[in-house]
Amino acid sequence: MENIYLTIVLAPLVGAILAGFFGSTLGRKGSHWVTSTGVGISALLSLYVLKGFMYDGLETFNGTVYTWMVSGGLSMEVGFLVDHLTAVMITVVTFVSFCVHIYTIGYMADDEHNWPKTSLAGKNSYQRFFSYISLFTFSMLMLVMANNFMQLFFGWEAVGLVSYLLIGFWSVRPTAIFANLKAFLVNRVGDFGFILGIAAIVMYTNSLDYAEVFALAPGLVDTQVQIWGDSSWSLMTVIGILLFIGAMGKSAQVPLHVWLPDSMEGPTPISALIHAATMVTAGIFMVARMSPLYELSETALSFILVIGATTAFFTGLIGIVQNDIKRVVAYSTLSQLGYMMVALGASAYAAGIFHLMTHAFFKALLFLAAGSVIIGMHHDQDIRNMGGVRKYMPITYWTSLLGSLALIGFPGFSGFFSKDAIIEAVHHSTIAGSGYAYWLVLAGVFVTALYSFRMFFLVFHGEGPRDEHAKAHLHESPKVVTIPLILLAIPSVFLGYLTIDAMLFGDWFKDALYVLPEHDTLAAVQTMVHSGNGMLAHTYASYAFYLAMAGLALAFYLYMMNPALAEKIKNTLAPLHTMLDKKYWFDEVYQAVFAAGSRGIGKFLWLVGDRGLIDGLAVNGSAHTVGWLASIVRHVQTGYLYHYAIAMILGLLLLLTWFVYL
Amino acid sequence: MIADWPILSLTVWLPIVGGFMVLASGDREANATKWTALTIAILTFIVSLPLWFAFDSATADMQFVERVPWVPGFDIEYYMGVDGISMPLIILTTFITPLVVIAGWEVIQYRPSQYMAAFLIMEGVMVGVFSALDAMLFYVFWEAMLIPMFLIIGVWGGPNRVYATIKFFLYTFFGSVFMLVALIYMYFQSGSFDILGFHTLKLGLTEQILIFIAFLLAFAVKVPMWPVHTWLPDAHVEAPTGGSVILAAIMLKIGGYGFLRFSLPITPDASHTLDWLIIGMSLIAVVYIGFVALIQQDMKKLIAYSSIAHMGFVTLGFFIVFIISQNSDNSAGAVLGIEGGMVQMVSHGFISAAMFLCVGVLYDRLHSREIKDYGGVVNTMPVFAAFMVFFAMANAGLPGTSGFVGEFMVILASFQADFWYAFLAATTLIIGAAYTLWMVKRVVFGDVTSDGVASLEDMNRREFIVLGTLAAAVLLLGLWPAPLVEVMDASVNNLLQHIAVSKL
Repeated sequence: MENIYLTIVLAPLVGAILAGFFGSTLGRKGSHWVTSTGVGISALLSLYVLKGFMYDGLETFNGTVYTWMVSGGLSMEVGFLVDHLTAVMITVVTFVSFCVHIYTIGYMADDEHNWPKTSLAGKNSYQRFFSYISLFTFSMLMLVMANNFMQLFFGWEAVGLVSYLLIGFWSVRPTAIFANLKAFLVNRVGDFGFILGIAAIVMYTNSLDYAEVFALAPGLVDTQVQIWGDSSWSLMTVIGILLFIGAMGKSAQVPLHVWLPDSMEGPTPISALIHAATMVTAGIFMVARMSPLYELSETALSFILVIGATTAFFTGLIGIVQNDIKRVVAYSTLSQLGYMMVALGASAYAAGIFHLMTHAFFKALLFLAAGSVIIGMHHDQDIRNMGGVRKYMPITYWTSLLGSLALIGFPGFSGFFSKDAIIEAVHHSTIAGSGYAYWLVLAGVFVTALYSFRMFFLVFHGEGPRDEHAKAHLHESPKVVTIPLILLAIPSVFLGYLTIDAMLFGDWFKDALYVLPEHDTLAAVQTMVHSGNGMLAHTYASYAFYLAMAGLALAFYLYMMNPALAEKIKNTLAPLHTMLDKKYWFDEVYQAVFAAGSRGIGKFLWLVGDRGLIDGLAVNGSAHTVGWLASIVRHVQTGYLYHYAIAMILGLLLLLTWFVYL
Repeated sequence: MIADWPILSLTVWLPIVGGFMVLASGDREANATKWTALTIAILTFIVSLPLWFAFDSATADMQFVERVPWVPGFDIEYYMGVDGISMPLIILTTFITPLVVIAGWEVIQYRPSQYMAAFLIMEGVMVGVFSALDAMLFYVFWEAMLIPMFLIIGVWGGPNRVYATIKFFLYTFFGSVFMLVALIYMYFQSGSFDILGFHTLKLGLTEQILIFIAFLLAFAVKVPMWPVHTWLPDAHVEAPTGGSVILAAIMLKIGGYGFLRFSLPITPDASHTLDWLIIGMSLIAVVYIGFVALIQQDMKKLIAYSSIAHMGFVTLGFFIVFIISQNSDNSAGAVLGIEGGMVQMVSHGFISAAMFLCVGVLYDRLHSREIKDYGGVVNTMPVFAAFMVFFAMANAGLPGTSGFVGEFMVILASFQADFWYAFLAATTLIIGAAYTLWMVKRVVFGDVTSDGVASLEDMNRREFIVLGTLAAAVLLLGLWPAPLVEVMDASVNNLLQHIAVSKL
């Protein structure tokens, strides 16, 4: 099996290298073929692995590929851990990635229009794009298949690199290169915590290997560390929070969420792949993978719960006032990531991963559908200019509808099972913050339905599009675009129902995820609903269902029946609207405090420290002092013999006096 | 046995003698002279390779030893040898020099033979510094280094070169005078100039502290450590590209090497007593200098400041070992710290060289180092842009590149000394990425901002070879650092055992 795992990881890398270095030789067709084939091979093999775990009783694989280095007895290795959790992740990653590869053939077909005519960077940009998304797939696979913290960090940063390259793909756009720098730096703030967390683990276990660390962790439960003064912290809390700071960066949790909406500057296929389905869920995956550590600290779990719930609700609210089609979906992603975090905080790791999986499909679908609309609208992304697109783009319309229903948790759709499981799990959680989280995620359901169908109705229904020229050219996207939509729509509808019994109420994750009996909120959910069918039967009793329907109905009323009222509400609640429109002023504050602040500190240290004190006072100062001294001492050297004679006699007298009296 | 050949002598004298030959041949046959210089540089690299391949990494003893009396009246010997600490730095030197020769190929029009000769002589002298085991021999090489570098900046430098050279010379000379006094003092104590003999020399704490400070002045200036770093940005800005490369890639390493060869083993108790000072200076270098780098307008200055910040990791890794040993009886973290510092030195040799060469590529075309004169370079120089982004990422410590390895090791180790050391050191993840990538954003990305940028031509084959070689090195060390760590492991463990025993 080791060769299969290696092939899964390396096939996309080979594609990326070929398309990246030999893109002009291979041509456009050759490039999209090698990369799609590479990812296709990975996807098929991932399915084979998944099948092995499902039916053939495949054993967990944990092995080293090569030793990166050994220093001070600490062995750093590159190696794979493939268990039930990994199998799910690699299948999701490669499948979505494959769909995105196919879709990109259509979406980027005339990318040369996005570049100035003379720009050499615009030449072969098509090939470069394919190289990047394959490289991303490789990095993401390295991340989810890692069996140690070093490789986890490698994958973590490598996906960050590709994300940076892809957000700034259209590098002639000032907004794109602003957004990619911002994304990288905000992620680095998270990584800063992450690397300290890894350092803490190494200090206490002298190992980077998951299995060894997890085995030693229970013995460290009572270890206290002193960080500031005499206040002592539980080691597990410190490790848990530090690692989670990394997850907050990568999975865009408040207050490190600010980069994700801006990342929409990148081409739509990568918004779907990286900034919705896979990379941003790396934080969720990491926390779930570290469940043997997180279970040992309720404080860390509470922290996750509160951050997650805050993200889930408050970023969802922003989604209601956005007018850029991609930004609405982006805020929706932020909010859904919050839901996943809430699940982890409630120790319902399986529910978090379950929602990660269903969300990957329906959110990728929604993004790609949005991209399809954007193609149709000739790269106009403002939903106020759209409307009536349903008539011109039937496949896009129907797949979008399925995706939106899955997102709001319509009974029977994938999202219904995963989201309800999270809400119920939080309901049963007893750790600090679970009450706060429960009400927020519940209210979030209403918000989700409202922003989703606000966008849906504005884009697809009603009159429009406004612009006659746009209207005349509006037509369904080509097959390479619509087939991935259909491919993604299938799991968006059925996957939840088909897998919930195994993943949440079965023993699928029993080897990979670790839950203490007193934290086992999913078991409590299970005693209530028993199974997926049971959940469906309980629909009438769940608040979430009514809230979702209310949101949908409100969206219908406000944007289809009575648009004037929507406008009126907006004007009545102007301060609230401004607050949401300004996204709670996070960007402004960060710009003023961190960006301008750092530049200010830099300028101060440079001008006052380096230029003023060190160079001005010490270095050039001593040079000046020497010069000044010389200019005085110079007067002694007059050249007159009698001056020297006097000096000699005086000196002799002084010396004699000294010898005689001392 | 290849190990019995005088490989060190060959590596030292081949480029020096060759350099004088190149010097003598003059500029009439400039092209032939360049080829001679390149041949000598490559030959030196080949000659130095047995140091790596025939090296016995199981032992901490000196290898490839050559020892003959030189000035018997003062017990000065021609005594050379390498261990796992010096050997990688010698290979780094012989690896970088041919690249510098190639990089200066068409660029240097003014007295090219003298330019090439200066670099060849420089190479031999630097290898001498790394391989000398006699303190006087070391000192001679150490001071001899100043002359070619002084000339390189002074003759081929920028408009403000006189200020820069004088500053460079006085700064470094000021530091080394105290070192000379310390060396002579130890000669009187031990009766020889044998550096390994100094290691076992019994010294009282006061003596140790004075000697430590003398060494510190010499090495801190070379590294350079805050607050004696201000010569470096000025020297870099005025130096020609090749000068900057040698300065950043190798000369700075001599300071770090000095700490390992002299300060730690000769004055372990003083190093322990004053470790807070070095750690403080290192962390200030990482944080303070990072902020200063952020606002630089001149690309070379920015990279120079970035060098200082990265070298902060080297000294941090070396001096946290005492605290780690105090905290636990496990020496694992200490090994990680010193080896991390060593890896950081080699890696920084590749990356800083590449960054300065990147600036050189742009400077050769537009004769400006100002960030504001560029913008949108990727539109006219896509291949160059790919290299620049790659090296920038390495500079920001991206895993998979060599820049990550040393920083990662030192951060892991410093956490074992104190949470806040690791905290401050890890800020480089943010600040380092900020200053490097912000520069890249303004220089490489965006739309074409000026006619100058619009007229740029992409890299030629010569430039491609140089940057490509460095990129391969950065990637190789990032993906598989095990061989490098392996060769130094025995020596580092030996050093740690040595300094764990008090001399008092």
